[in-house]
Amino acid sequence: MKTKKVAFLGMCIALSMILSFVESQIPPLAAVPGVKMGLPNIVMVFMLYKVGAKETAIVSILRVILVGILFGTPLSMIYSLAGAALSLTGMIILKKTNLFAPVTVSVVGGILHNVGQIATACIVMETAQIAYYLPVLFISGTIAGVLIGLCAAMILKRLEKMKL
Amino acid sequence: MKKRDIILIASILIVAIALFLVVELTKEEGEGVTVKVDGVKIAEYPLTMDGTYPLNGGTNILVIEGGKAYLTDANCPDKLCVHQGKISMTGETITCLPNKLTVTVYGTEQSVDLVS
Repeated sequence: MKTKKVAFLGMCIALSMILSFVESQIPPLAAVPGVKMGLPNIVMVFMLYKVGAKETAIVSILRVILVGILFGTPLSMIYSLAGAALSLTGMIILKKTNLFAPVTVSVVGGILHNVGQIATACIVMETAQIAYYLPVLFISGTIAGVLIGLCAAMILKRLEKMKL
Repeated sequence: MKKRDIILIASILIVAIALFLVVELTKEEGEGVTVKVDGVKIAEYPLTMDGTYPLNGGTNILVIEGGKAYLTDANCPDKLCVHQGKISMTGETITCLPNKLTVTVYGTEQSVDLVS
């Protein structure tokens, strides 16, 4: 791998870690567990379109592990990993179809992130009642996905000329 | 950003609203609340018995008042559970993720759960 690419990927990991930390400092947007803006996804969506699926997956997993060790608990890492994994898988599949714009891919990513976390909560706490939160998370995931997607699209446009 | 993008996002929102309506319309006044920790039921309280009940050895404090249940204190760092408001309809839930604790309203018959 070219040095330039290695350095860039390292920067992406650092950036997504910072975004994750900044996000955790903002007071909860709603009393529902799992409602987050998904700021690190800006980096994920951007990377998906600029670098590729494999690299994005690696950066995503590393970010979850590092943030989990530094700022979180083993339990929060599991929730984070489930959300990030489901989200990224869905985005990769949707992007492969080549039918939709980055914003749409980001929306699906945002929703799947929340769904993944809620599903994990259902499994961990062995109760299906938490699914009661699903409609709220769908809507918040969509709004977050749109905003994150627009952000990533703007960055992609500005860094169009960047070669890796 | 083409038409199919808008269609997909719109359909997602429609599904969300539909899910929301299903949940809202199948709610009824509940009979009591079930408290579960880590999936295991540890307590049950009828909504008619007003009182303050420490849950799970005191990690969360449950209050039942006027037919509604809510948490007034918890030892978790974010206290999201305390801000989740008052519940009284079947299916409504208050969750404390750090303590793996849930308080769910049950009714006269098993309520439809979204995951079946």
